[in-house]
Amino acid sequence: MAEPQQGRLAENIVHFARVLRRAGMPAGPRQVIEAIEAVQAAGLTHRKDFYWTLHATLVKRHEHHELFDQAFHVFWRDPKLIDRMMSMMLPEIEARDETREETSRRLAEALFGQNDVEATEEPDIDIDASETFSAQDVLRTKDFEQMSAAELAEARAAIARLRLPLDESRTRRTRAAVRGQLVDMRATMRASLRSSGIIPLKRRDFRTKRPPLVVLCDISGSMSVYARVFLHFLHALTNARDRVHVFLFGTRLTNVTRELRHRDIDEAIERVTQAVDDWDGGTRIGETLHRFNVDWARRVLGQGAVVLLVTDGLDREAGEGVEPEITRLHRQTKRLIWLNPLLRYDRFEPKSLGIRALLPHVDEFRPVHNIQSLTALVEALSGEPERMKTGKKAA
Amino acid sequence: MTLPSSIDETVDLLARGSYVADRSLSTVVFLALKMGRPLLLEGEAGVGKTEIAKVLAQALGRRLIRLQCYEGLDTAAAVYEWNYQAQMIEIRLAEAEGVETRDELGKDIFSERFLIRRPLLQALEPSVEGPPVLLIDELDRTDEPFEAYLLEVLSDFQVTVPEIGTIHADNPPIVIVTSNRTREIHDALKRRCLYHWVDYPNAERELDILRLKAPQAPEELSQQVVAFVQQLRQMDLYKSPGVAETLDWANALTHLNALSLDANNVNDTLGTLLKYQDDIARVQGSEAARILEEIRMAASAAQ
Repeated sequence: MAEPQQGRLAENIVHFARVLRRAGMPAGPRQVIEAIEAVQAAGLTHRKDFYWTLHATLVKRHEHHELFDQAFHVFWRDPKLIDRMMSMMLPEIEARDETREETSRRLAEALFGQNDVEATEEPDIDIDASETFSAQDVLRTKDFEQMSAAELAEARAAIARLRLPLDESRTRRTRAAVRGQLVDMRATMRASLRSSGIIPLKRRDFRTKRPPLVVLCDISGSMSVYARVFLHFLHALTNARDRVHVFLFGTRLTNVTRELRHRDIDEAIERVTQAVDDWDGGTRIGETLHRFNVDWARRVLGQGAVVLLVTDGLDREAGEGVEPEITRLHRQTKRLIWLNPLLRYDRFEPKSLGIRALLPHVDEFRPVHNIQSLTALVEALSGEPERMKTGKKAA
Repeated sequence: MTLPSSIDETVDLLARGSYVADRSLSTVVFLALKMGRPLLLEGEAGVGKTEIAKVLAQALGRRLIRLQCYEGLDTAAAVYEWNYQAQMIEIRLAEAEGVETRDELGKDIFSERFLIRRPLLQALEPSVEGPPVLLIDELDRTDEPFEAYLLEVLSDFQVTVPEIGTIHADNPPIVIVTSNRTREIHDALKRRCLYHWVDYPNAERELDILRLKAPQAPEELSQQVVAFVQQLRQMDLYKSPGVAETLDWANALTHLNALSLDANNVNDTLGTLLKYQDDIARVQGSEAARILEEIRMAASAAQ
């Protein structure tokens, strides 16, 4: 290949990577260099080979495949067009902050810097859906300004007081310990060289580790007040320990773990509200649990995860399909804790079908409507998981 | 056997090892070999990730070194360990002979003679037939600390044994890492690898695989098996059957002397294909009959 042509190609690959980056794919400079090397190694013979060569170097997650595919077909049809578009739109694009999960919309924004039309044209729907089942997704971005000052202060106070749980489970990894169960042959051997006569045995013991925590939080209309406070708690939790996965659900399931991981609480919540579009809508517990079981369970429930299910159990579909899904979820977790704000009523009785389906399959059932209950939850998390486990297996 | 010099040659190479690869997989394998980068293969269980490493080793005439990951995998099991028993005897012998200074003894018992080499260290050693193929299988089963350690090994291809020093591979091995995605592999490790998601094959390719790997199955049966499995993958099952299950099923049916699928033999052998009771309960009976009917319709329409 001739020199100048190659330079042009490299430049185009750089541009292409920039488009991907703007669409939310982490394609760093190192990968761009690699992509150029790879294209040189593979040679430019077929379009398909070129596609898979770039794919091999720029895509690092299965989820990004779709995005790459769309971007590739748009970009490499006529890179110049996009080039011009981009240079025109550049300042505007730079100012934008991409967090949306919708791939095609995200890509469109990355390529053309268009604003989200939906958000501006949508009429302001204001229905009081609390304590009722709403039949429609209320597709709007939840405004956190609505949270009252008292509420916010309460939440902050609660979070400040929370000592994060220390439940630990034994791993198969070991560390040096004076009174350990295992003999550390390597250390013993070294010690034997240091002294003559009796060889002192050095010991090791099993290391302990916190199990991963998976949170499934209901954000439907009847839950919204609590979900907001609870988000603060989840934010603190996500940033204080590793291996926490947070999912929000109303009528659909959204993974917000990445959004919550930003350090500043306001920014984190801002990102979450952008990522979720079924705030204050209805609840479909069966359906969303099914999605979790199929799409996520095997990826996040490994290594003895503890699951927190935060919902009031009021289901738009009257508990349809909840039973088999919660059974399956329960079978896959070490410990399933259900947090229910309805428990604030002293005379709460499990009458709703959704609640009745859920109840037999949880290891613990707790209220979560005020600071006391959050504190109690923390105690629950630091409780004795071993006992719960045996109880569950016997049942 | 030298490394392939183009994507077409890679396709041939894999075909010689009786692996039916599509173009995308061949491309990424070629790049991994050419650029000397580790290859991270992710995908559902039973789509042939591990097989790629085996086929590569066999087709290139290299040694296959396999490291099966599990929770708690540590350096003693993955990299190296000292042979303590032999060291003990050495110390006793030295004492009996009334040996020398303590320094010399120390140097002696921590020499390579007493080093037990585990897979990662073995993979760094030179060998006559060329650098080996290192298969790190099911990386998602191990924990983050091991992943972090692997990061160092895979980027520099060197291992440090404190008592001896740093051991460096002059010719880095061909590294294949597989993951079933029971958890997410850390991005830092992913960045060092070429990534490929191994998907279920389409009907045509699956039939090719079946013909190659289960040649004793009657042609009609093979076609029906593939059509049935492809239908199952469209359903929202907890665990869709992989290629390995398809092969198992075809073999099971062949052993039962089945010439074609019918409601009875499907229901009897469903356990080789589906591994979750919920899935089996869903498919067994009427659902299986429906799929069979569809396959028959499609087959007669095609004729």
